[in-house]
Amino acid sequence: MAKNLVEFRNLKTFFYTEEGVVKAVNDVSFSIREGETVCVVGESGCGKSVTALSLMRLIQSPPGKIVGGEIIFDGRDILKLSDAEMRRIRGNEIGMIFQEPMTSLNPVLTIGEQIMEPLMVHKLMTKKEAWNKAIELIKQVGIPRAEQIMTSYPHELSGGMRQRIMIAIALSCDPKLLIADEPTTALDVTIQAQILDLLRKIKQERNMALMLITHDLGIVAEIADYVVVMYAGKVIEEAPVRELFKNSKHPYTRGLLKAKPIIGQRQERLYTIPGQVPNPIGLGDYCYFSDRCEYAMDICHQKIPQLISDENGHKVACWLYEGEWKK
Amino acid sequence: MSEPLIEVKNLKKYFPIRGGILQRTIGYVKAVDGVTFTINKGETLSLVGESGCGKSTVGRTIIRLYDKTDGEVFYKSIPIHNLKKNELRKLRPKMQLVFQDPFSSLNPRLRVGDAIGEALLDHGLISRNELRDKVIETMEICGLAPYHVDRYPHEFSGGQRQRIGIARALILDPEFIVLDEPVSSLDVSIQAQIINLLMDLQQQKGLTYLFISHDLSVVEHISTRVAVMYLGNIVEMASRDELFDHPLHPYTQALLSAVPIPDPDLKRERIILEGDIPSPANPPKGCKFHTRCPLAKDICREQVPEYKDVGGGHFVACHLV
Ligand SMILES: Nc1ncnc2c1ncn2[C@@H]1O[C@H](COP(=O)(O)OP(=O)(O)OP(=O)(O)O)[C@@H](O)[C@H]1O
Ligand SMILES: Nc1ncnc2c1ncn2[C@@H]1O[C@H](COP(=O)(O)OP(=O)(O)OP(=O)(O)O)[C@@H](O)[C@H]1O
Ligand code: SF4
Ligand code: SF4
Ligand SMILES: [Mg+2]
Ligand SMILES: [Mg+2]
Repeated sequence: MAKNLVEFRNLKTFFYTEEGVVKAVNDVSFSIREGETVCVVGESGCGKSVTALSLMRLIQSPPGKIVGGEIIFDGRDILKLSDAEMRRIRGNEIGMIFQEPMTSLNPVLTIGEQIMEPLMVHKLMTKKEAWNKAIELIKQVGIPRAEQIMTSYPHELSGGMRQRIMIAIALSCDPKLLIADEPTTALDVTIQAQILDLLRKIKQERNMALMLITHDLGIVAEIADYVVVMYAGKVIEEAPVRELFKNSKHPYTRGLLKAKPIIGQRQERLYTIPGQVPNPIGLGDYCYFSDRCEYAMDICHQKIPQLISDENGHKVACWLYEGEWKK
Repeated sequence: MSEPLIEVKNLKKYFPIRGGILQRTIGYVKAVDGVTFTINKGETLSLVGESGCGKSTVGRTIIRLYDKTDGEVFYKSIPIHNLKKNELRKLRPKMQLVFQDPFSSLNPRLRVGDAIGEALLDHGLISRNELRDKVIETMEICGLAPYHVDRYPHEFSGGQRQRIGIARALILDPEFIVLDEPVSSLDVSIQAQIINLLMDLQQQKGLTYLFISHDLSVVEHISTRVAVMYLGNIVEMASRDELFDHPLHPYTQALLSAVPIPDPDLKRERIILEGDIPSPANPPKGCKFHTRCPLAKDICREQVPEYKDVGGGHFVACHLV
């Protein structure tokens, strides 16, 4: 079995806001093996992006702060590295595709300048080499008229084109880990299929690990080896992909799978999980899903369920499985 | 058959490409290159197609956020592009847009409650005293908790911001809403809630939607009719059932075959589109899809296929149909 490339160990990342402390990532542990694709799914606001940004050490402080835990990347504790060491890892060993491509591309630099810069800084390419490599990358992500795009500015491209430029930048330095935060939301399915194929191919060629954040369970089914489900800052279920889809345990995961419209299966009304995510400020000692859960019992309102594992490594944090599974 | 609310006739929108020291126009991106359709009152017409094919531009031009290059747009028989500024302003609340990119459409220094109520106040549709209650009521409809009202946009996650965008449109009590990728950044359970919400509001208030999305499983669920765009043109349009059960255009067929299905055991035959994706600044001659079409013939490279009704309001533009 491949060794762990990334280990989140009891990570806690909080935001200190006027209203109080937002425990955006609250005691999260999971690992990503070399070459493995781990998909992180979960309700909007549950802490997926903050988990990824913590690994990149890009949490804005203040108001944010990593207040506990460790993040081991390739044998090093990320949280203990100097800023200079971290810069070398970022964009070189770890590539990241951000969730909002418009806000992460620099509006006053051309697309070409933005792709070439990391190649010249990290890979020490000459301007000419970087130019050629950039053209190749733009073509690889399926954008036509590459030469013209090189001299364009971000606002001149469509949403999907900008997202593919971000993918090209993230892949440019052959990272060991690619973090992709909703990388295909602005893409139509034929391009999406092409990008997923591209990611699969690059993964195989370079044994690159992929941490993919997505809300599209179709993509998860297609590309994931392993799935981590988060809710209100906590991991509530994790399992290999097939196990998760065929044998999900947590009431929230089951709800998610039921709520997804599936092509070819027309229905009058979509199933929805009642209620909303709780206010992340001032959460107490109870299952954070309890006010929406149809199975909630007394204990659910009194104690936080811990993540427990069955003999095959399928993990769930829910009182329904306490006793049945061991810690 | 109900009456048309929006009629679009041969609409074109070209963006100039500038170059040289003088920044002279050296060409045009033909973002929308002659599209014709109607949207009936109370229905949802969905617009699907590749990134960059002109969907957002259609949405923006029909409510005149962009001026047209050519063609006509009628809203209840009123030619929108001929209206004077003040006449247009009066119509504005009735035609709303929910943006694709929720972050760039929100002012970072404006509290969310103010952002949602802003337009209502601007148009003089409410007094300051009543505003806060109305804002909170609308936020709750959209699944935002009242305690969010005094927060700033950066304090929200992507999905929460998208709901702010929907609340901003809904609060004006519009008749027609262009929904530009309104649920693409939402996770599934909120997505289902928002879709059910949009459909409920449509039933209660007779709202009419132009729904722009990449997610064909959502489109299949929400639409009355579906139009498929490719490089500035509509290549196929039909009722929802007809389009999903009997897609005729090779591009539509490829699109439907590429939708990921949430079942790790299911491996489907994909129609993979090879070939260069052409540019809207210099579209291919003949059928614009011929550079990627697996079925392309000689005629496709030379003649533009006619966009025609093949029966029952199913329109398609392909030489082979
Ligand atoms: N700069 C910030 N200041 C205050 N709170 C923040 C900040 N950034 C994030 N948060 C909060 O942290 C929590 C987690 O946010 P995060 O962006 O990780 O969500 P997410 O799971 O990526 O959601 P989405 O699917 O909507 O992108 C949310 O409650 C959010 O409001
Ligand atoms: N303001 C603008 N100036 C110049 N060109 C533009 C402008 N807006 C859009 N375009 C171009 O027009 C074409 C259509 O863009 P549009 O945003 O309508 O595409 P779209 O179908 O909405 O794509 P996506 O799915 O990626 O959002 C693209 O080639 C784009 O580069
Ligand atoms: S712990 Fe209780 S409330 Fe939480 S998901 Fe399980 S059954 Fe539901
Ligand atoms: S007209 Fe020709 S190239 Fe165009 S879609 Fe039909 S078969 Fe393909
Ligand atoms: Mg996020
Ligand atoms: Mg668009």
